[in-house]
Amino acid sequence: MVRVVNVFKRFGDNEVLKGINLEVLRGKILVIIGPSGSGKSTLLRAINHLETVDDGEIWIEKVQVNLALTGRKFEKHINKIRQNLGMVFQHFNLFPHMTVMENVTMAPMLLKKTPRKDAEEAARRLLEKVDLIEKVNFYPAQLSGGQKQRVAIARALAMEPKVMLFDEVTSALDPELIGEVNKVMKKLAEEHMTMLIVTHEMRFAAEVADEVIFMADGVIVEQGPPDKLLHDPAEERTQRFLAEVFK
Amino acid sequence: MTGLDLSVLVEYFPMLLWGLMWTTILCACSIAFSLVAGVPLAVASISRNRWLRSITEFFLWIFRGTPLLLQLFLIYFGLPQIGIYLSPMVSGVLGLGIHYAVYNADVMRTGIVAVESGQHEASRSLGLSRAQTMRKVIIPQALRYVAPALGSNLIALLKESSLVSIITVPELTLAAQRAISDTFRPFEFYIAAGAIYYVVNYFLEMGLKRVEMKTALAR
Repeated sequence: MVRVVNVFKRFGDNEVLKGINLEVLRGKILVIIGPSGSGKSTLLRAINHLETVDDGEIWIEKVQVNLALTGRKFEKHINKIRQNLGMVFQHFNLFPHMTVMENVTMAPMLLKKTPRKDAEEAARRLLEKVDLIEKVNFYPAQLSGGQKQRVAIARALAMEPKVMLFDEVTSALDPELIGEVNKVMKKLAEEHMTMLIVTHEMRFAAEVADEVIFMADGVIVEQGPPDKLLHDPAEERTQRFLAEVFK
Repeated sequence: MTGLDLSVLVEYFPMLLWGLMWTTILCACSIAFSLVAGVPLAVASISRNRWLRSITEFFLWIFRGTPLLLQLFLIYFGLPQIGIYLSPMVSGVLGLGIHYAVYNADVMRTGIVAVESGQHEASRSLGLSRAQTMRKVIIPQALRYVAPALGSNLIALLKESSLVSIITVPELTLAAQRAISDTFRPFEFYIAAGAIYYVVNYFLEMGLKRVEMKTALAR
C-alpha cells in the first residue's frame, strides 16, 4: 500500500532522513516513534509530498509520489495522490472561517463534485462516528482541542482516503482530551484503515500498532511488532529512548 | 453679502442632492472595482512566478508613487490622445478604482501572508490545488484579517472622490462649486458639502463595522 524506498532528505547541511525503507500493507497500522528531531514527522510529511525528498522513491499502491514531473503536470499528479491520503496534523489546522459541516464537506464538493446533499449526509455519518454530530454548525473556535482534532479526522475521512497519516495528533492536547481522539483512531483501526501514526504515546502505540518503527537521527534503528519493540528492544539506542520515556 | 447666511442652501439643496447621488454612484462603482481588482493584484504580487511578481510590483509602485490627480488627468485628458475616449464618470471610476485597488492589494497581501502555513498544508493535503487553496481557504481568511484596514482605504476613497470634480464628473464637490458660482457663497456651500460627506462617511463606517463584526475570525 505504502512503500518508501531508500529515501534521503537534507535541510541545508542537516541530513534528516538517511536512507529510509519501509512498507505498510493494506489494512495495517504502522506506528513511528522516536525522539524529536529524529525525522519521523519529516518522513510522514514526505509521503504526501508536504516535504520533498532528495533521493529515493515513495509509492502509494502502484503510483510513485515523487515523480520527476514539473509545473502543472506535477501539481495534477500530486493533487490526485493526496485525495487518497488523509492527513491529520498536530495543530488541527481546521479552516476557521468555515463551520464544522463546511470543513468536512468542502473538499468532496469541490474535488469530487459530490452534490451538497450527499456530501452533508456523508459528513453527518462521519461526525456521528467521531461523536460530534451535535457540533455541525459550530465554528472551530467554539470547540475544544480534542473536538477540533476529531473534526480534522472527519475532514480527512470525507475524501475516503485509502491511507491515513497522523502526525503527532495528540501532542498539542491537554492530557484529559487525548483519550477521545485515540478512541476515534482505534475505531478506524477496527475498520482496518491503513494508517501511519507518528506519536509519543507508547501505550497507544502498543494497543493499535501492527508494527512499530523506532527512528533516531534520520535512520530506522529498529522495527518490529509492538510487544517485542516496546518491551524487549534489541538495540541499545531503543532501550535508552524507552527508558527515558517510561521513567 | 457679509456673514454666514445658510438660507441660500435651501434653494440649491436639490442640486447638492443631485451631486450626492453621483458621488454615491461613483464611489460604489470605484469601491467595487478597487476590491475586486485588489485581490488578483495582491495574489500576483506574491506569485511564485518571478516575472509576474516583478511586473505587478512595478505596476503597484507606479500607482502608489504618483498622485491620484495626475492619474485622473492622464486617463481623462491623456488617453484621448491615443484614441481612447472615456466619459468623465468612467474615467473617474477607473482612476479611483485602480488607485485604491493598489492600496487594497497592499493591505490584502499582508493578510494573505499572515495566514498560517498550516492552513496551506491542510488544504493541499486534502488534494486542493494551489489556486483552489487560495480561493477557498487563504483569501477568505486574509480578507477577514484585514477588513479594518480595507475599511479605512474605502473611507479615504470616498473623501478623495471629490478630486474627480476636476474632470467634470457632476458629483458633490462640483455641484457645490456650481452653486457657488451662481451665488458667490463659497463658505456656506463648502460647509454644506463637507457636512454631507461627513454623513455619508458616517454611514459607510457603520456599514463597515457591521461587516467587520460579522466576519471577525475567532481563533
